[in-house]
Amino acid sequence: MRFKSHKIWIFPENDINTDVIFPGRYTYEPLTPEEMARHAMEDYDQSFVEEVERGDMIIAGNNFGAGSSREQAVSCLQAAGISCIIAKSFARIYFRNAINQALPLVISPECSDYVIKNKELLESDEEKIEVDFDNGVIKIKEEVFSFPKLDNQALQIFKAGGLVEYTKTMLTKSR
Amino acid sequence: MAGQTLIQKILAKASGKETEGVAANEIVFVSPHRILSHDNSAAISKTFYKIVGSKGKVWDPKKIFIALDHAVPPPDAVKAENHKVIRQFVKEQNIKYFYEGGTGICHEVLPAKGHVPPNVVILGSDSHTTTHGAFGAAGIPIGRTETASVWAIGQTWLKVPESIKINLNGTLPIQVYAKDIILEIIRQVTASGATYLSVEFYGSTISQLSISERMTLSNLTAEMGAKAGIFPVDKVTDKWNKQFGFQYERIAADEDAEYIKSLELDVSNLTPRIAKPHKVDNVVPIEDLEKTSIDVALIGTCTNGRLDDLEIAADILKDKTINPNVRLLVYPASQEVLLQATKQGIIEILVAAGGQIGVPACGPCLGAYGGCIASGEKAISSANRNFKGRMGSKDDTGIYLASPATVAKSAIAGYITAEEV
Ligand code: SF4
Repeated sequence: MRFKSHKIWIFPENDINTDVIFPGRYTYEPLTPEEMARHAMEDYDQSFVEEVERGDMIIAGNNFGAGSSREQAVSCLQAAGISCIIAKSFARIYFRNAINQALPLVISPECSDYVIKNKELLESDEEKIEVDFDNGVIKIKEEVFSFPKLDNQALQIFKAGGLVEYTKTMLTKSR
Repeated sequence: MAGQTLIQKILAKASGKETEGVAANEIVFVSPHRILSHDNSAAISKTFYKIVGSKGKVWDPKKIFIALDHAVPPPDAVKAENHKVIRQFVKEQNIKYFYEGGTGICHEVLPAKGHVPPNVVILGSDSHTTTHGAFGAAGIPIGRTETASVWAIGQTWLKVPESIKINLNGTLPIQVYAKDIILEIIRQVTASGATYLSVEFYGSTISQLSISERMTLSNLTAEMGAKAGIFPVDKVTDKWNKQFGFQYERIAADEDAEYIKSLELDVSNLTPRIAKPHKVDNVVPIEDLEKTSIDVALIGTCTNGRLDDLEIAADILKDKTINPNVRLLVYPASQEVLLQATKQGIIEILVAAGGQIGVPACGPCLGAYGGCIASGEKAISSANRNFKGRMGSKDDTGIYLASPATVAKSAIAGYITAEEV
């Protein structure tokens, strides 16, 4: 899987938690992904919902997705159009939830640092970041960064298009 | 193979690899002893039917535990519908362990109803599933889709984590509590310091900690990113287990088990701790906190809503009245806690002091109902999270986390303090 970023959102802060990605006050309302997308990052950056477009990427610091196990913190960004999140690190449950929803997450402290440092340069440019998810490579202009590929088990789930599809296949096989 | 940590031993057992053991970072497949969920079960059930089809059945209705707690009683029709979907699902699937709203918070009810023997894996669709480490089990949080998948096939994959060893020594000074210990640990380890790791607690202090206090510690290991936070089984656990007649062997980490980090903490000189907004590791000794007035004081939640917590608060609030500018909200963690607290006269003291008693449940902890804060307001809370917007409004608000004692004292003073005024 390869993709290029449209626009990039740089959230350099560490420990951006699931409560600001998708506020707790909406977690027990049965919302469609599109409705969830309308609350994405609501408590963190209100311009996000208005300006986010399909294909945008997020660049973040350490421990992105800390806190609650709420999966909407993954689905709302996915529904908002985010194609990939690159961070220095992710919270454990967030990372797992993303695999289960097949949202590509990339762990690359080097890339994150580079983007944060060269923010202005990158923001003024059209196509910015190219991610080769299968081979663990990111390209930004002349720069190349590598990142750890998923473990085999996680990769199988991801490739199936997420855990719902993966488990369905497992069930069919066992029948 | 090298010595095994507690989590290695538990995961080896759960994945049928007891004889050979499991290595750190190995992927194992486990079937949980129980799988926990709450108000999110409605959403999970929808995903479940997507996986298995509309006539599909859960893998084992006797292993699924559901407690309604996050919006109880439901504040509006939408949340009432949500509960209705869950009740229907419970009937359709013959779910054995369903606890109606008002029974209590899932992490309180699960062990209290005898679902958490030592050495087992408990999976939970809630980040504070780490709480069950207090009983010598591996309580591991997962997400909704994964819960639906486990309901369908009865197993999931886990990466065996590396572990952090925390040694607690010394005796806690009076007026300093388990909550203060774990806030200090989080300050040192940081909010991401235990990500992908399991935490184990040792040292001379832990034999003095009750089951309830251990639950406070294990609960908050989630705020360091931990996958589990486990106390080895000892006399205290054995005594608790007697009421359920569990049969088990005490397992312990091997002497030569390897830890990725260790932390030593002498609790003898600890003072009350406060986690300032908006991060749980933004912890300061209370003496370093500038004067902070508060609007809401919350005693409750899965961190500190148990009988000992309410008792500590009542001792402080006896014959006192809270500051007129403060709303004191008390949410007992379970019906059982509420009953006991009523029998012991604790509730009477709390109400006489001006407290509002809520139905045993999460209350305003997640900002969905039950005493949310408005813009510009500040809260002191015995909960585990102080994220922006967590208790309601996000605009110019702040949540300060502390022990129930500090919450009670602050409710009287009108500002955050650990002094009795
Ligand atoms: S009390 Fe708060 S932290 Fe605990 S389960 Fe309920 S919402 Fe979550």
